[in-house]
Amino acid sequence: MEDLTSLKQEDNQEPEEAEQPWEEITAASSQDPVPGLPEPLESEQGPETGLQPGSSPPQSSQSRTSTPLNDLTGLGASSPPSFPQEPTSTPSTLALARQDLWSPWKSDKTTSVIPEARTAHSNHLEQSSDKGESAPHQKCQSEGNTFQQSQQTKHHLHEPKDASHNNSKLKELRLDIFQEEESNSNYDLDHPEPGTSEVTPNMLEIAIQNAKAYLLKTSSKSGLNLYDHLSNMLTKILDEHPENAVDIIENISQDVKMAHFSKKLDTLQNEYEMLPIYETAEKQKALFLQGNLEGADQELEDEIAENSLPNVMESAFYFEQAGVGLGTDETYRIFLALKQLTDAHPIQRCRFWGKILGLEMNYIVAEVEFREGEDEEEMEEEDVTEERDNGDSEADEDDEDELPKSLYKAPQAIPKEESRTGANKYVYFVCNEPGGPWVKLPSVTPAQIVIARKIKKFFTGRLDTPIISYPPFPGNESNYLRAQIARISAGTHVSPLGFYQFGEEEGEEEEEVEGGRESFEENPDFEGIQVTDLVESLSNWVHHVQHILPQGRCNWFNPVQKNEEEEEEEDEEKEEEEKEEPDYIGQEVGPPLLTPISEDLEIQNIPPWTTRLSSNLIPQYAIAVLRSNLWPGAYAFSNGKKFENFYIGWGHKYSPDSYTPPVPPPVYQEYPSGPEITEMDDPSVEEEQAFRAAQAAAVLAAEENEETEEDEDEEDEYD
Amino acid sequence: MDAESLLLSLELASGSGQGLSPDRRASLLTSLMLVKRDYRYDRVLFWGRILGLVADYYIAQGLSEDQLAPRKTLYSLNCMEWSLLPPATDEMMVQTSVVKGRFTGDPSHEYEHTELQKVNDGEKVFEEEVVVQIKEETRLVSIIDQIDKAVSVIPRGALFKTPFGPVHVNRTFEGLSLSQAKKLSSYFHFREPVELKNKTLLEKADLDPSLDFLDSLEHDIPKGSWSIQMERGNALVVLRSLLWPGLTFFHAPRTKNCGYIYVGTGSEERTTGPGDPALKQGAEGWNVQMREDGGWKWLWEVTARSPLRKATSCTQMRAAHRSGSPTHLLLAAPQAEELTNSFQ
Repeated sequence: MEDLTSLKQEDNQEPEEAEQPWEEITAASSQDPVPGLPEPLESEQGPETGLQPGSSPPQSSQSRTSTPLNDLTGLGASSPPSFPQEPTSTPSTLALARQDLWSPWKSDKTTSVIPEARTAHSNHLEQSSDKGESAPHQKCQSEGNTFQQSQQTKHHLHEPKDASHNNSKLKELRLDIFQEEESNSNYDLDHPEPGTSEVTPNMLEIAIQNAKAYLLKTSSKSGLNLYDHLSNMLTKILDEHPENAVDIIENISQDVKMAHFSKKLDTLQNEYEMLPIYETAEKQKALFLQGNLEGADQELEDEIAENSLPNVMESAFYFEQAGVGLGTDETYRIFLALKQLTDAHPIQRCRFWGKILGLEMNYIVAEVEFREGEDEEEMEEEDVTEERDNGDSEADEDDEDELPKSLYKAPQAIPKEESRTGANKYVYFVCNEPGGPWVKLPSVTPAQIVIARKIKKFFTGRLDTPIISYPPFPGNESNYLRAQIARISAGTHVSPLGFYQFGEEEGEEEEEVEGGRESFEENPDFEGIQVTDLVESLSNWVHHVQHILPQGRCNWFNPVQKNEEEEEEEDEEKEEEEKEEPDYIGQEVGPPLLTPISEDLEIQNIPPWTTRLSSNLIPQYAIAVLRSNLWPGAYAFSNGKKFENFYIGWGHKYSPDSYTPPVPPPVYQEYPSGPEITEMDDPSVEEEQAFRAAQAAAVLAAEENEETEEDEDEEDEYD
Repeated sequence: MDAESLLLSLELASGSGQGLSPDRRASLLTSLMLVKRDYRYDRVLFWGRILGLVADYYIAQGLSEDQLAPRKTLYSLNCMEWSLLPPATDEMMVQTSVVKGRFTGDPSHEYEHTELQKVNDGEKVFEEEVVVQIKEETRLVSIIDQIDKAVSVIPRGALFKTPFGPVHVNRTFEGLSLSQAKKLSSYFHFREPVELKNKTLLEKADLDPSLDFLDSLEHDIPKGSWSIQMERGNALVVLRSLLWPGLTFFHAPRTKNCGYIYVGTGSEERTTGPGDPALKQGAEGWNVQMREDGGWKWLWEVTARSPLRKATSCTQMRAAHRSGSPTHLLLAAPQAEELTNSFQ
């Protein structure tokens, strides 16, 4: 820094006259070594001196007088010699830049470079023949034309920069000068006068050096200097040759700075930032490798024979025709994940159910049917845990016995449907992303379905999230997810009429009891339905998932029967309960299985389904697309013979009205209210006075032994 | 999403499941090119699709060189013939706000709405039922404008403001870094800033005037109305609006690829808010009052009608539901806990 400041001071000594006429001086200086001076330079110099009318008019007049003379002598020869003069300055700056590049960031070095440069530069000027050689030498290094362009651009760049710099610097320096001794400035003014012809080369030198020194000044903020930055920028531009470089010069400047920044941080680069990408790639790698492992087993034929894997890609293709579905890439990964699932579990049938969007992560849902007898163990385990839960709750109730007993009795819990029946017909597995672990969802209880109808929550993507809602939801997000899946399946899983038929094994007695047969099988004689028929008539589509009753079950369960059993155990409350509860609850009946969807209820005058042809451009090969308006995101397609259902969405049912949480039930009365405990307003002054007057009147009256009873009544009223 | 990079954009946005069928894609690519030529737009955005009962509206928007200048909106039913929609006005919004339910897919369809209007007949004032007819096209304009104002998104740095005012596409935008991409503050509303004026000087101190000239999503009301997810490892960030379900914004960090698409029914997701008739009526035993408190802040005042409670004069139960913050309820009833939970 000391060097820098000293440099400044040196510069300061002769700033004004050195800077102002520096164009002039170049002109004047070049006269001496080279006989002819070009007119263009002269013309440029005119306005510039006009702009800077400062200190040395005599000098300029001298140079002006001298130049025309020279022009007269060699007009013809003037232009050629001027060209060597341009290269001379630029190669030296280039050289300088290179020197600086080796040691850019050390201020000591930059200052040390400057004196060298000075000497070098002066040498150049003195020995013009050497310059002539050095310039072509430089040319050889770079390509001819581009180099000339670069020289020109550089030259142009330098001029304005210097000029502006001069202006700005002048202001600074003037201050400096006045702060320093006046003798200096006097000296400065005096100095050029003795011999302009001798001094001018030096003056030029000094002017250039001043400019350069300024450009090399290191920023106190970033540690960069403009000189290096400009040369780096120009290097970049010349290397990359962008279109319209002048338009994006700011961006290039920014890029150069950024590049420098990132280079410096090489050792500190954070490798962990990209880690999740690698993690998922690693996870999904397992998906792609599983095929190879199985190939070694050579049981491919058996596997293909009892294949439970659905052709996800085929249905994805059809859904793409319909304008829904995930991208091909994601679908394929899900396909692989499903393969992983079917390999890991004894699965009879598997289906890609859909995707449910969550706040943090999404769920990919697979619908699965286990092989006969394979899933029973797990079911038993669940029952055990449930019993434990019941035990705990009973224990809690015992503790509370000491407190006043609540008359409130919770309604009878409706038992959940057994696996393979009703809402628990299928088992569902979910994962957050392909390659992630498949998690089996617990089976759904009627209470969960009933409450799920009343609440509206977004899924988060984490299965163990508690569901905080009113009315309180029994369970966490996995239960809520399962309940919503059951509801969506019941509402939107449809197939073309005739694709399924009822199984022959089902007896008609059961039908009467349960309100509908619950098993069906594929119709081997199904011949397909015309696509246009499927589009035109909703009655060609049927539900193949059972309707869920308001109770929360698909098959009606009569809660009254069970109450009677309980009443026998609890003799004390028997009589009361019989009075409170209705003797008979009307059986809830839903539409039977395989009911056409044309009978679905409308949503406030909105049809529940929208059908259309996948393409109007080529209707010959189009497929029928069904969109549910009740469950936005539920789709079905059929090409006449094949069909598939798919859901993607937030898992919310559509409602034209905004969701409103149910209002809390009315407060229970703690005891019957009567006049004794009813709050009344205090009597006002007037009332009180009237009362006193009445009392006084009463006293008077009492004295007269008249109407004693009425007085007592009045007192009661005002208590 | 930019019409020129439609295929890539659709692929990136496919995680929400709403794509386009191949014939639609192809026709869009063709027709939007012609739209750009005929209307002389600087940029054409494929905005999305509003699902109707019979047919869907496909929406495109044309931008002039100034990206924030009023956009021209076009709709099409077959992806080939585009019709220009008039600019949205406040009057339209008021008019169409009474319409509920789904779009039909027929722009000339007229919704009927009966209104009670006070009629001055001489000195007598009596109410008269007037049937107002609202064209679906008007509603379409209004809904698109609302969605644009509420949830159109642009990442920070994708646009820059020139010193003279116009906003241009930033050609040096290289995408957000991973750490930035996970923050809501790096995403802006792609509309004229509204909230920016209300910021204090202190809050504005760190803003870069050429980049931070829009409202960020960070302070959206209600809080938590955005789901932000990293997909495909961390190679894609997806924002989904919970206020307008169906709006998906995608951005691949460290690339220029970004955009938003709306595929939905054109209805706003609203849970209980001010003006819900169910709450005003109240349930048996409760007086429910509501006070609007600016935008989405509101206050519930629940008073029990029970005489006992009135006597104890500790009956005013307040549910201050302030922009998503946990609700405070003063309830003496045993349902207090449940009620509190329900409002959280």
